[in-house]
Amino acid sequence: MSAIHYNIKQRQVTHMKLLVCITKTPETTAKIAFTDGDSKFDESGVQFIMNPYDEWYALVRALELKEQHGGTVTAINVGPAANDVVIRKALAIGADDAVRINAEALSAGQVAANIAAHAKDKGYDVIFTGKESIDYNGSEVGGMIAEHLNLPYVSYASHMDHDGTTATVNRDIEGGVEVVDVTGAFVLSASKGLAEQRIPNMRGIMMAKRKPMAVEEPAVTESKVSVVSYTLPEAKGGVKMIDPENMDELVRLLHEEAKVI
Amino acid sequence: MSVLVLAESPNGQFKKAAYEAVHYGAKTAASLGGECVAVVIGPADNPADLGKYGASKVVHLADYTGGIDASSYTSIIGQVAAQVGAKVVVVNHSSTGKSIAGRVAVKMDAGVVSQVNSVPTQEDGGIVVTKPVFSGKAFAKCKVAGDKCVLSLMGNALPITEIGSACPVEAGSVDVPASSVTIKERKTVDGEVPLPEAELVVSAGRGMKGPENWGIIDDLAKTIGATTACSRPVADTGWRPHHEHVGQTGVAIRPNLYIAAGISGAIQHLAGVNSSKCIVVINKDPEAPFFKAADYGVCADLFDVVPRLTEAFKKMKAQ
Ligand SMILES: Cc1cc2nc3c(=O)[nH]c(=O)nc-3n(C[C@H](O)[C@H](O)[C@H](O)COP(=O)(O)OP(=O)(O)OC[C@H]3O[C@@H](n4cnc5c(N)ncnc54)[C@H](O)[C@@H]3O)c2cc1C
Repeated sequence: MSAIHYNIKQRQVTHMKLLVCITKTPETTAKIAFTDGDSKFDESGVQFIMNPYDEWYALVRALELKEQHGGTVTAINVGPAANDVVIRKALAIGADDAVRINAEALSAGQVAANIAAHAKDKGYDVIFTGKESIDYNGSEVGGMIAEHLNLPYVSYASHMDHDGTTATVNRDIEGGVEVVDVTGAFVLSASKGLAEQRIPNMRGIMMAKRKPMAVEEPAVTESKVSVVSYTLPEAKGGVKMIDPENMDELVRLLHEEAKVI
Repeated sequence: MSVLVLAESPNGQFKKAAYEAVHYGAKTAASLGGECVAVVIGPADNPADLGKYGASKVVHLADYTGGIDASSYTSIIGQVAAQVGAKVVVVNHSSTGKSIAGRVAVKMDAGVVSQVNSVPTQEDGGIVVTKPVFSGKAFAKCKVAGDKCVLSLMGNALPITEIGSACPVEAGSVDVPASSVTIKERKTVDGEVPLPEAELVVSAGRGMKGPENWGIIDDLAKTIGATTACSRPVADTGWRPHHEHVGQTGVAIRPNLYIAAGISGAIQHLAGVNSSKCIVVINKDPEAPFFKAADYGVCADLFDVVPRLTEAFKKMKAQ
């Protein structure tokens, strides 16, 4: 009796195939400057990190689903070999394997087309992206992958339960949340709250070195969108300090000088 | 050629964002050539009013009840764009707009630029438009090759004015494919302007010492009709709801007035708020980095200053 009971408990209900799109961004305190006639981001001295939404929320929720249902978590990045450090970090946190599409990431459209080309015959149950990258803040890649693959897209997920067939997702919307059910494969973008950040441990870092990382050649190398030039915002004119005893003066300035109220 | 604008009507009502999108669509049409057509999906009061902001016609799918599902919306917008001959599609950079901008671009085989803050222009073989990058720390001038593009418009990017009068409304006719997404519930805080649309924002941070002290922030916000926001640690510790978290990893906002009390002004916080037109910082530490990004500063204990500021606003309103 007890053996049967054990078997039932151990049997995987499902085996989920999960893909997590990760990107590399400048660290949040990095100095933002440009070179080549303001046409390129100046990478000198800049430290790069995995995009926080990808690392903290998308990747970790995928790992939790795998722990719950069994399955595999694959991390994917479109970028040059220099991105391998960031990909290794995803493996150290717990992804089983990784794919790097060997091309410069030119735009959301070109990145999404390459990820979709990789994913189209792989049968992923959920494809995760972060809600946006903290450098280009586009919020575009997830929806574009979904359209290429003709899958539903649920964006800004701050909570998701998945029973192996149907997912129930809380989506962040202006001033609240929307609760949706999705059946079958879909693309999800992760916002804050979807999971709790995990710090890779020594064992994870060692294991990551032996995990498979495939390099695939890009299906799409052209981009419809390009950056012509960058500019920095105009510096503020300097702060005007107001006497804390005289809030009437602040109100007057906001009304008459700044004209914002 | 025409420019197709999605005019969102949450709960059957247009909000400022819809008028902004239409107005921007009209300016885009004037710049690139053609007319501005608005599409309204689901029930909406007075769609003809969109003409006042520059729409020459509205295509209204009044019977649509499928909720805001990205694939359904994409299918509808793709069909209407083909019917009206639109090569440019404009949406708001809202939770809805962001969910569909990329999808629609793939469907139309167009380029997409999100969070745009300028009117696009035609420049040798492409469309040029600007957007903030690096969480507001810089701007990028982007070029979309060809003549097709999808743009999501940043909130409060340009002032809206009424430039026309009511326009004709046509009933739209499209096939909406079945979706595997079911919307079960929408829970929103009623009566408050959502942060990305707010013109006035009162925000507070760890200097508040605890959630029980937020009464003075709420009073100030209520007095001027502002939306409340907070710094990340305040949301992380559950003092305030997550949707109030502004900054690089929270909501990016661009109100006319941002009042920050008890927030140090860390670079990640500034990233989400430094495009605000006017910033007031209340902090008792004269070295707080936020003062460098502020227009007006008050260096004192917020527990004294905030109630005094509320009183001063009340006095002004009474006059
Ligand atoms: C990857 C990453 C992403 C991040 N993203 C964000 C983000 O999106 N948004 C965000 O806000 N932060 C973000 N942070 C955190 C950020 O670095 C700061 O830690 C955070 O903004 C600090 O919040 P705070 O200003 O409320 O608290 P503190 O830094 O603790 O500042 C409290 C301030 O209150 C003042 N104060 C205290 N008591 C009083 C009083 N009685 N009267 C007046 N003033 C008083 C103090 O002088 C101090 O300046 C991020 C950090 C990282 C590493």
